[in-house]
Amino acid sequence: MSNSDSSGICCCEKEPDKKALFMELDEVLLEYRTKKGGLIPVLQIAQGLFGYLPEDVLRYIATKMDKPYSEVAGVVGFYLFFSTQPRGKNVIRVCLGTACYVRGGKQVLAAIKKELGIDVGETTEDKVFSLEVARCFGACGLAPAIMINDDVHQRVKPARIKQILAPYCEPEMENA
Amino acid sequence: MINLTIDNNAVSVEEGTTVLEACKQIGISIPTLCYLEKVQAIGACRVCLVEVEGVKDLVASCVMPVSEKMVVRTNNRRVREARKLVVELLLSEHEGDCQTCDRNEDCELQSIAHDLGIRKLRYPGEKAARYQDESTIGLVRNSEKCISCRRCVTVCTQMQTISALFPQGRGFKTIIGPAFANNLDTVTCVQCGQCAAVCPVGAISERDQTDEVWAALDDPDKVVVVQTAPAIRAALGECFGMEPGTLVTGKMTTALRRMGFDAVFDTDFSADLTIMEEGTELLTRLKRALVDKEQVALPMFTSCSPGWILFMEYYFPDMLENLSTCKSPQQMMGTMVKTYYARKIGKKPEDICMVSVMPCTAKKYEAARAEMNDSGVQDVDIVLTTRELGRMISQAGIDFAALEDSEMDAPLGLSSGAADIFANTGGVMEAALRTAYELVTGRTLPFENLHVTPVAGLEGIKEASILIEGTLPEWSFLEGITVKVAVAHTLGNARKLVEKIRSGEAEYHFVEVMTCPGGCIGGGGQPRITTDAVREARIAAIYAEDEGKPIRKSHENPDIIKAYEEFLGEPLGHLSHKLLHTNYFKKERV
Repeated sequence: MSNSDSSGICCCEKEPDKKALFMELDEVLLEYRTKKGGLIPVLQIAQGLFGYLPEDVLRYIATKMDKPYSEVAGVVGFYLFFSTQPRGKNVIRVCLGTACYVRGGKQVLAAIKKELGIDVGETTEDKVFSLEVARCFGACGLAPAIMINDDVHQRVKPARIKQILAPYCEPEMENA
Repeated sequence: MINLTIDNNAVSVEEGTTVLEACKQIGISIPTLCYLEKVQAIGACRVCLVEVEGVKDLVASCVMPVSEKMVVRTNNRRVREARKLVVELLLSEHEGDCQTCDRNEDCELQSIAHDLGIRKLRYPGEKAARYQDESTIGLVRNSEKCISCRRCVTVCTQMQTISALFPQGRGFKTIIGPAFANNLDTVTCVQCGQCAAVCPVGAISERDQTDEVWAALDDPDKVVVVQTAPAIRAALGECFGMEPGTLVTGKMTTALRRMGFDAVFDTDFSADLTIMEEGTELLTRLKRALVDKEQVALPMFTSCSPGWILFMEYYFPDMLENLSTCKSPQQMMGTMVKTYYARKIGKKPEDICMVSVMPCTAKKYEAARAEMNDSGVQDVDIVLTTRELGRMISQAGIDFAALEDSEMDAPLGLSSGAADIFANTGGVMEAALRTAYELVTGRTLPFENLHVTPVAGLEGIKEASILIEGTLPEWSFLEGITVKVAVAHTLGNARKLVEKIRSGEAEYHFVEVMTCPGGCIGGGGQPRITTDAVREARIAAIYAEDEGKPIRKSHENPDIIKAYEEFLGEPLGHLSHKLLHTNYFKKERV
C-alpha cells in the first residue's frame, strides 16, 4: 500500500511540474511565434526546459507556431543538437569541428566512451551522463574542447577525462 | 525585354524569365529532375547546370534569372560532364531495379541517364538505410528509389496544405517522409496521390491491384463488372503514346471487353444519378431555409472527391453537415450494380466483383470505407488507377491504338454530357446547374452551349451568380433569388474558400470542390506527368465528349428515368436515401 501511495504522490508532484514548464514554454512562444526563423530558438529553449524534446512538446510547438509537424520534426532531425530521447543529468558534447578534430578530439571522444561505457547518442545506465558530438562551439583556440552542460573544458587530454567527469558524478552536483 | 545570348543565338525574353525558360523558348531542352513547371524551381538536383560567361561556377538554370548581355552555354564539354557526374552520383545511391520497377520506361531519372549517355555505373556507392511504407490503402512509398527532389513535399505542403511530407534527417541519410520518417498513416494524408503524380521516379505510386483484378477475371464463378470514371477516357491514350486529350472512350470499352469483363458500365451513368440526388438535395436545403425557415447547413459542398471528404473530416469537422450526403459516383455505381443490376441478372451481390477504373488513388481508400457496403457486401471491390488499367491492357497483349470503338453496356452504361464534365474543375457545378435551373424554371440554363464559363478554367477559386426568374409555381420561393456558387480545386484553394465561408466573409449556396489541380483529369492516378498544358488538353477533350452527346442534361438520361421508375422511386426517396447517401465522421488529426 505504501508503494502505491508514494507513487501517487510522485505523479501529483510531476504533473504540476510539467504544467509549469509548458507555461514557461508559452512565454517563449509568445516572443517567437511570429518571428521569422523563430522555430530554432524555440526548440533550443524548449530542450533546455524539458531536457529533451518529447513528442507532446514538439506537437505543441508546431500547433502554436502554425507550422506543419513534419517540418518541425525535419528541423529537429537535421540538427545533432536536438534530442528526442530523454537524456542523462549531464550532457557531454565532444567537439569534432576541424580544429578540435586535428588536435585530438577523436581520442578525447574515445576516452570518454571507454570511461562511461556508452556510445555517441547513448545515456549511462545510472542516467548521469549522455554523450553527444558537436561541430564547433567557437572555442577553436582552446582545442580540443568539450562541453558538459554549459561548462566548456579546454585543451582536454584523454588522460584527464576521469578527473573532469568526477565532479559531475556527485549526487548533489546540480546543472550549471 | 532582356537580351542575351544562348549557344550563340541572340535571344530576347521578358524580365524575370529564368535561363531554363529562355532556353525552352528557343527550342533548347535542358534536363531537369527537381524542377516542375509551375510547381517547383529550387535548384536542388543540379541536373540543369549551364555555363554563364563571367560566373566562376556552373549555375542551376531553373533558378537563374536572365540578365542583359548574359552569355549562356548549355552544351559544351564542361556542362555535359558536370550534368553527367550529377546524375551518376544520384544513380550511385538509387535502387536501380529498373526492370521490375513500375516506372520502367516512364522514369525521368532513367531517361535522363539515357540521354546523357551514361552507360555504366562508375560509383557503386553505399545506399542509405531505407524503408517501404505500405500503411495506406491508396499509396505505396519506396524510399530506396527516392532522389530527394522534393516535388512531393511542395505539392503536399503548398498545393494541398496537408504537409504530410518533409525532408527528415540530414545529408546522405535524408528521408522524405512524415515526421521522424514515420508512415503515412500517422499523419493527415488524404491519399490524393499528387505526390505520386509528380514523383519523377518510382518512389511513390498507387498500390498495385492489377493481380487482384486478373484473379477475379480468371474466376469462372464471378460476374466481373467494370466502371470507368469520366476522366479516364481523356487520358488513357497517353499510356499508349497518344497525345494528351485524345478521346478513347470506344477503344477503352473494347479493350475492357476483350480483357474479359462481363459488363462494362460507365461511372458517367452514376454521375447523372448524383446530379439527380444532389440537385434535389440542394433544392430541398434551399426550401427548408427559405420557406420553412429552418437552420440548414449552407452552402452545400459537393461530395464526389474522397480526398476532399477526408480533408473535411480532419480539418473542418464542424462543417461536415455542409457536405452533400450523396455518395460519390463511384460508390453509387457500386451500390447500383450490386442491387439493381444484380436483381436484373439474378445474382447475389457477393457473386459480383465490382472493379472501378479511377483517375485517383484516394478512390481506393473510399471504396474501403466502412460505410460503403449498402448492398450487404463491400460495394466496390477493387479500384484501379488509369495507369494500372494501362498496364493491364499491355499485359493482355492488346494493340490499343488498333482497336475499333464500341459502346458501353445497358442498363448502367448510358450517360449525358453533363456526366462527362464531372472530370474537370467546374464540371459538377455546371452539370448540377443544367438540371436544377431547368427543374425550377422549366427553361434551359441561360449560358451559351450550356457552359457556365465563369466557373470553367484552371483558376484556383471561381465564382458565379445566377438570377432565378420565371419559376414554376412549385419553386416560386426561389423567384428573384440570386443563386451564388463557387468552385475550388486543390485543397489549398479549398481551405481558403472554406475559411472564408466559416468566417462569414463569403456566402454561397453551392460549392464544388475537387482535390486535384484541374479536377479529376489531373488526378493522382493519371498518366504522368500532368502539366497545365496536359490538363487543358484533357479538359478540351472532355468538353468535346459532352458536346458530342445527344443528351446533355442528367435528368434527360432515359436510363436514369427508368432506374427511378423500376427501382429507386424518386430522388431522396426512401430507397435512394438508403443506397445512394452516406455519413461523414470527424477524424482525429493524429
